[in-house]
Amino acid sequence: MSDPIIKIENMNKWFGDFQVLKDINLSVEKNKKIVVCGPSGSGKSTLIRCVNRLEEHQKGSIIVDGTELNENTKNIEQVRAEVGMVFQQFNLFPHLSILDNCTLAPIWVKKMPKKDAEELAMNQLKQVQIDDQSNKFPGQLSGGQQQRCAIARALCMQPKIMLFDEPTSALDPEMIKEVLDAMVNLAKQGMTMIVVTHEMGFAKEVADEVIFMDEGMIVEKAITKEFFANPKNDRTKLFLSQIL
Amino acid sequence: MNKLNFLKPDKNNLYVYVYTGSALLFISIFDVFLSSFFKINVTSYLPGPVSLLLPLIVGLFGLHLIRIEFSGIKYLDLLNKNINTSNFNGALTLLIIFAIIMATPPSLSWFIFDANIAGDTKEACTGSGACWTYIKVWLRRFMYGMYPNELQWRINVSFILLIALAFVGYFSGEKLKKFLTLYYVIIYPIIAYILIYYLISGGSFGLEWVETGAWGGLSLTFIVSFFCLIFCFPIGMLLALGRRSNLPTIKYFSVGFIEFWRGVPLITVLFMSSVMFPMFLPEDFFMDKLVRVIIAISLFEAAYVAEVIRGGLQALPRGQYDAAKSLGMGYWKMHIFVILPQALKLVIPGIANTFLALVKDTPLIFVVGLMEIAGMLGLAKTNPKWLGFAMEGYVFAAIIFWIICYAMSKYSYNLELKYKTER
Repeated sequence: MSDPIIKIENMNKWFGDFQVLKDINLSVEKNKKIVVCGPSGSGKSTLIRCVNRLEEHQKGSIIVDGTELNENTKNIEQVRAEVGMVFQQFNLFPHLSILDNCTLAPIWVKKMPKKDAEELAMNQLKQVQIDDQSNKFPGQLSGGQQQRCAIARALCMQPKIMLFDEPTSALDPEMIKEVLDAMVNLAKQGMTMIVVTHEMGFAKEVADEVIFMDEGMIVEKAITKEFFANPKNDRTKLFLSQIL
Repeated sequence: MNKLNFLKPDKNNLYVYVYTGSALLFISIFDVFLSSFFKINVTSYLPGPVSLLLPLIVGLFGLHLIRIEFSGIKYLDLLNKNINTSNFNGALTLLIIFAIIMATPPSLSWFIFDANIAGDTKEACTGSGACWTYIKVWLRRFMYGMYPNELQWRINVSFILLIALAFVGYFSGEKLKKFLTLYYVIIYPIIAYILIYYLISGGSFGLEWVETGAWGGLSLTFIVSFFCLIFCFPIGMLLALGRRSNLPTIKYFSVGFIEFWRGVPLITVLFMSSVMFPMFLPEDFFMDKLVRVIIAISLFEAAYVAEVIRGGLQALPRGQYDAAKSLGMGYWKMHIFVILPQALKLVIPGIANTFLALVKDTPLIFVVGLMEIAGMLGLAKTNPKWLGFAMEGYVFAAIIFWIICYAMSKYSYNLELKYKTER
């Protein structure tokens, strides 16, 4: 077993008086793909948003690739540059073209020369098959294309870890597949991924481990096959019976 | 009820109704036209009130007759849909048309036919209309204030240079494009300051020094507006960001600053800047009156700009911040490349509003003794040789201000279109 790239220990988080995350312990090894599922309001999104500190945790520790996340802004920016994230609502920058969306961060955060950044961006866009749309603006693209662009944008930072926060939940059914295909491709290339999703088909195909969360706790964590074939917790069984 | 059928226009006899209605409408408008342009009252044999109301009644009946739904005649439908939907709307339409027709002859004769422009003295104005001679004689004062006549070329030259330099952006090559923002935000104002300092103010290079108290007229309006616009925008932007900052010191400083400047009237701010402010300064420290005024107006307007921009910042979805952060951008990179471009685009109308108000607030600098165009009007109208022409002066100033403000609002509208990307 190699060293975990993400190590979360006894992590607690409150929104005001309400405790969203309770004693989370999780370690993710390099190149592993983790799927997080659970009912809405169970804290799945908050959990992965804590990994690149879009949300602050109040107790416990999170160490990403050897860097501890705390008040130190430098650490946070360093971690964020290594961790890519894809959002439910795409969150592309509407005032920039698709290509500029992808090159913005490499040029200004990683100080990459513009030419290299554009080459890299075109490569990534090709991977998700929207290189022919590179001069359009996000508003001119379909939801599926926008989400694939968002994946490409995150990959342009050449991250070590990718976080997906319900990437297909805001999409029309026929567009879900094109986004999932892009994610499966990425998984095959050996990216470390944490995916919050309700797509159990995707979980079965790609995930090494599945985590089930409820009421801010990790209720069950198991190898994918085990998780679907033989869930141990009653809550998990109920959940699976409802969505499968 | 068969007899009254002619009161209910329908499509069966479309053209009968359309022609009768149009004829009646034409007659009513023509009657008003005759009586206001040529003082001919065709219906003078009728009693007074009837003669007065007749065009309205005839016109209304005409409009009623042509009010046919889906007539199939394009312009008629357009007319009915927009200004003739009901008797009430028809009446309003008619009244407005009548008012315009009736107002045309007197205003035309005041502005043009009975107006005077020849001569150089008050006595040349003999007509009952406007006395444009007054404007002509005082034009130099309205444009340049008390600036010496033989030196006014300096103002002209510097303004022409400034306008020329403002168009650099259109001609710069692809390679220089990325420096444009830097140019407009920092270099251009500095050039403008240097030009105005050395050319208009003078005092070096063998140019005679002209104190700022002598500056005035429209050129001063431009100078004050120009610098205030340039300064208040970045200050306002920083205040808007400051007010949303997580750092308490910065946040409360911004809140206090904004609320202070928004809470006091501009006229008192200007008064303070010229009367109170120097008392707090060391005695040998000198700051020009004009500079103090520009600083005061800039700070005052910055508070307004800040709140407008804050509105734009709040309109952005949180996801934009999340996305920018998740790509590793720090505070400034996030704001410069992601947040501000979008927020500023959203608030172009609000910013234009504030800027227009600023330009129209510049006449208030009369309280510190600086006379821009409206101030010069105030001086000119009290000149014993030219008493009684305040009207011409204010109409002139209104036209000038309208042109400036309309140009600005047109420009802001073009900016909106230019930066529009589909969402």
